[in-house]
Amino acid sequence: MKYLEEFRDPALARVVLQRIERELTGPRVLMEVCGGQTHSIIRHGIDQLLPQGIELIHGPGCPVCVTPIACIDEAVALAETPGMILATFADMLRVPGSDSDLLAARARGADVRSLYSPLDAVRLAQENPRSQVIFFAVGFETTAPANALSVLQAESAGLDNFSLLVSQVMVPPAIEAIATAADNRVQAFLAAGHVCTVMGYWQYEHLTARLGTPIVITGFEPLDLLLGIEAAVAQLEKGQARVDNQYARCVTRDGNREAQALMDQVFAASLQQWRGLGDLAASGLRLREGYARFDARRRFSPRPATTETRSDCRAGEVLTGRIKPDQCPHFGGRCTPDSPLGATMVSAEGACAAYYRYRPLAQAHHG
Amino acid sequence: MAECRFPFAKYPIVTLAHGAGGRFTQQLIDDIFSAALPHAQVRHDGALVELTDRSGTVVMSTDSYVVKPLFFPGGDIASLAVTGTCNDLAMCGAQPKALSCGWIIEEGFPTRKLYDLARSMAAAAVEVGADVVTGDTKVVEKQHGDGVYLNVTGIGMPRFASHPDRIRAGAAVLLSGDVGRHGCAILTQREDLQLQEPILSDCAHLWPQVQRLQPLAASVHCLRDLTRGGLATALAELSEASATAIVIDRERVPVSDAVASVCELFGLDPLYVANEGRMVVICEDGAEEMVRAAMGADAVCIGRVESGRGVVANSAFGGSQVLDRLSGEQLPRIC
Repeated sequence: MKYLEEFRDPALARVVLQRIERELTGPRVLMEVCGGQTHSIIRHGIDQLLPQGIELIHGPGCPVCVTPIACIDEAVALAETPGMILATFADMLRVPGSDSDLLAARARGADVRSLYSPLDAVRLAQENPRSQVIFFAVGFETTAPANALSVLQAESAGLDNFSLLVSQVMVPPAIEAIATAADNRVQAFLAAGHVCTVMGYWQYEHLTARLGTPIVITGFEPLDLLLGIEAAVAQLEKGQARVDNQYARCVTRDGNREAQALMDQVFAASLQQWRGLGDLAASGLRLREGYARFDARRRFSPRPATTETRSDCRAGEVLTGRIKPDQCPHFGGRCTPDSPLGATMVSAEGACAAYYRYRPLAQAHHG
Repeated sequence: MAECRFPFAKYPIVTLAHGAGGRFTQQLIDDIFSAALPHAQVRHDGALVELTDRSGTVVMSTDSYVVKPLFFPGGDIASLAVTGTCNDLAMCGAQPKALSCGWIIEEGFPTRKLYDLARSMAAAAVEVGADVVTGDTKVVEKQHGDGVYLNVTGIGMPRFASHPDRIRAGAAVLLSGDVGRHGCAILTQREDLQLQEPILSDCAHLWPQVQRLQPLAASVHCLRDLTRGGLATALAELSEASATAIVIDRERVPVSDAVASVCELFGLDPLYVANEGRMVVICEDGAEEMVRAAMGADAVCIGRVESGRGVVANSAFGGSQVLDRLSGEQLPRIC
């Protein structure tokens, strides 16, 4: 596969690792923002190959993991309402809510579908005119444009049985919240390459100027990550703080302007609750007034029976880098992919799931 | 199978009457199943199976099939059912001899398609030298089934021993070919993904390869076909059953470019994607080359059995992954 295999070359990786080692003069703490990056780092053992002085903190960039329990409860409540079809991306299905997940709701008789695209949900609404189709619109800026497009398609098709349960999140406010937290240790951020493919990195230039923290736009393959780490270390060593684009084969400064325009037409920024980070101003998206009839919350006012945070799950501390997944007392014991206490153990991008799958020793200690 | 005239044209779809056990049922059996499967002409409650082997033991295995879509690139539910059950027999070192088939048909299913499936079943049985000797049909109400469900039970004659108990540390782990084709064929069909060239399911009989291993039987510890949970789950099961550790090199596992691309696109790990015509052979270290040659040109050695527990896949990059059993379904990622 062109543009993939080249970025998985162990020999080239060794060259970059040596360069990082030469550059590094003291301990550095970096955060990879995206769960896809975490997964790649752990899968390829990159954190173990890096020089001792570099610590990677795994960031909150897994949309499944930061979706608040209250949202899952809303989705379950909607799914269990007769006459409704709840559709979403497959990795939302097993995320535990207060007392159920969507897969369990499906087993109890709810009509829950897993789709790859919100546009498939629009088609589902057209094919099922007597049902209300609700798409659980979860994700970062990567999924928002297609979700916006689904609303526009439903509007032009004149559908009154399609709506979104929105739980969108955006990266820059999360970076800002982490960087400005009183106990922050992160010295530089590896920003999520695919988010910047859509959004560009002009927003990050303002952010870097405000925070005084280097940001490197970074891809997902092992070499992408090593080059991102190298660029971050280089800035820190020189005392610089700017935006570097190490994912130039996909990302431009402007990003995808058409996608941004679509998002802006349909959504407005709003307060959003993040699992682990709490409420962050203007970090989420809500449907604009003109599209209120596509807002499942407004139309159906889902009322979950109970909503309570599982006090045993320490995903919040994992998502903010305060503990590593295997430092949680439940890791690999009470909490496994088969019986997850929290979303970080469910999603393929969750830090806990990545540690569980790729850390033989960690499992042996706890198993 | 020269005969391909469709004999049931007067009833385009299966109705509940075809499952009522009366005259319509008999017509369904006569015109569809007997036309395709010669033994269905025998009117009796069971079949006498003559076993030429006098060893006194047979191997028996059963499996039920609920694949969607029913027809997919490289096969269909009926060929899959026959190869699936025959492969289970082959993994016990047994040559498939006699099969039974249980059809659960959803009301409204096109009889033409049913006939196509019956013929496909017959062809798959002929290919491995087994007979479909008995069968049953049931019709369920509309929306109480997914077109067709199939159960196939088979008996086979044991030709050599294959059991996880035989697995010992130091043994070689051989894989018969590239992985992930069946799962990707089904996925691309379900998601209507248009590829330049469709990925064909690897759905195929493993008995011919197993038969070639017969002269090397003393060196072969265990055979295991790869099914739903992919290579990773098969290795995890073998490791658990034999109380050994299995260590493989990820880069040595063949994955076609098309399968690798589809897996990238959907966020799936090819080691966990379903197969229907691949097997793992665990054999003595010294016999590795001969066993590999007998398995065919696509066979590769992917790792070793070691003392300990669990399955680990090492990557050329220096990382290692624990290959656990699949937890539920493999769920594609959001982004």
